[in-house]
Amino acid sequence: MIESTPAAVVCRGLKKSFGDVCAVDGLDLTIHAGECFGLLGPNGAGKTTTIEILEGLTDESAGEVQLFGMTWKTDAARLRERLGISLQETHLPERLTVRETVRLFRSLFRKGRDVEETIELVALGEKASARYETLSGGQKQRLAVACALVGSPDLLFLDEPTTGLDPQSRRLLWEVIRTFRRGGGTVVLTTHYMDEAEELCDRIGIVDHGKLIAIGTPEDLIRAHVDPANVRPAERLGTLEDVFMTLTGRHLRE
Amino acid sequence: MSDLNARLARSPVIQLALMRLRLFLREPGGLFWTFGFPIIVSFILGLAFRNKGPEPIFVAVVGGGHADELKRTIEQDPTVRVTVYSRDEAREALRLGRVSIVADESGSNGTVSYRFDDSRPESRLARLVVDNALQRAAGRSDPKGTEDSKLTEPGARYIDFLVPGLLGLGLMSTGLWGIGFSLSEMRTRKLLKRLVATPMRKSDFLFSFLVVRLFILLIEVPSFLAFAHLVFDVPIRGSLFAISAVAFMGAMTFATLGLLIASRTESSHVVSGIINVISFPMYLCSGVFFSYERFPAFLHPFIRVFPLTMLIQALRSSIIDGAALGSLLVPLFTLFAWWAACFGLALKLFRWR
Repeated sequence: MIESTPAAVVCRGLKKSFGDVCAVDGLDLTIHAGECFGLLGPNGAGKTTTIEILEGLTDESAGEVQLFGMTWKTDAARLRERLGISLQETHLPERLTVRETVRLFRSLFRKGRDVEETIELVALGEKASARYETLSGGQKQRLAVACALVGSPDLLFLDEPTTGLDPQSRRLLWEVIRTFRRGGGTVVLTTHYMDEAEELCDRIGIVDHGKLIAIGTPEDLIRAHVDPANVRPAERLGTLEDVFMTLTGRHLRE
Repeated sequence: MSDLNARLARSPVIQLALMRLRLFLREPGGLFWTFGFPIIVSFILGLAFRNKGPEPIFVAVVGGGHADELKRTIEQDPTVRVTVYSRDEAREALRLGRVSIVADESGSNGTVSYRFDDSRPESRLARLVVDNALQRAAGRSDPKGTEDSKLTEPGARYIDFLVPGLLGLGLMSTGLWGIGFSLSEMRTRKLLKRLVATPMRKSDFLFSFLVVRLFILLIEVPSFLAFAHLVFDVPIRGSLFAISAVAFMGAMTFATLGLLIASRTESSHVVSGIINVISFPMYLCSGVFFSYERFPAFLHPFIRVFPLTMLIQALRSSIIDGAALGSLLVPLFTLFAWWAACFGLALKLFRWR
């Protein structure tokens, strides 16, 4: 099968063990360019290990990984220029301001976005001169995403980007991700929020015990795995989160 | 100008160095230990151990007769303080130790009689000084020419010993804590991992540490030496070139040792433990506060190998004794060997992710 543009991510027979523990146990996955792909799974399922192998931050024990047809062994420098990464936990330097931090990350890429524009994109314009240590959780997370976006990547890895955020911050990050996709970018994210996966992802892979146990569009997965007999009979008009958003508004609180 | 700014904003080395520098300048604790601590310690110890001049010798002269003339004669020696007492008062003063000797010329035959306690060194000294003053005044000349050279000139006092030691100590702590501890913090906080996930060149990252270390060195050394020179008159006899070369070599050695310490460890608590274990023996033995010669001789070969011992020795020779670079080859080479060993090991061991 020959495609005109290589898939954003291809991995075959991916394995990673830490001592006796097998974190990733033979994982096959293809993520197409322009797609938003969600990796779901309980804690300890191997999501973060998988994503860090794809990011070239952890070496696989077995199997192979290709990003845009390139491998980490031969094309690391070129791949780094095309990737934007937000780790599950990064503490950016406490005493640097938002602008200084984004400018630092911008300088590390050959090509990229304008620093001020990126700060505006994640709605931190008013906080541009504030130090990282003074930011709220949501603002810190948005800064982390700004650092991932400032190199104008083709592929964005977001490991639990909205964990612990209030609904307003989550919606704002969703909007940032959608904007990024409109520009043709590919997104790989992990999340524990099913509504987030449903909202953002074209396809979802469910990982458990280091294996991919299901993959498909949200609709396909629901059709294949949900027994209609167990679904609540009454058609739901919305979710509780819709109620929360209606009552408290969409503007950011911080 | 804005073109230059844009180019600076795009340079990874500049931005990484600015990060290091901003984090350093915005950390009051770090600033204090680098710039304030050596100045405060040298100030306190310099005052505590300053040379106060010789202790005066207290002499009692028994009143009556030629007492006033006797007093004037003895007082020609500027280190002597003479008081005229009655005979009983003089004996009492001697008994209480207020004076070291009683001189009495009130007898009829013109002899001066000394009354003093032969077992007290200061009394024997007083006997010599007083008698010397009287005999010279009476016309004795010294057949043997002698010359006094007193250890009070700048360069030989305790503060002159202390300043190069504190300077070396500062270079060690700035290297170990400023590089080692900061790096290990970047590692535990996953910042190192985040940076490695960008196209950052690792050499740019390490080079930025070097640039900032040199920048701080350029403030650290001159400010402390200027303080020591202006406040305590500590002489700066060596050439600027020799002193800079020694300080540079010392700073590089300890910065690289810091890099080595931080090359793997995941926890900054462990790193601070390692730093303490490494620096404490040098703090104690390397001759910061007193010469390492005071330790038993069998320890000297080990102490002499410590990088801090070599650094302080070279700083002392160049700053206080004005030694030229050519005579500092042994300490400089020892430091270079330490630097090369640490750098080689750090290159092998350093884990980026």
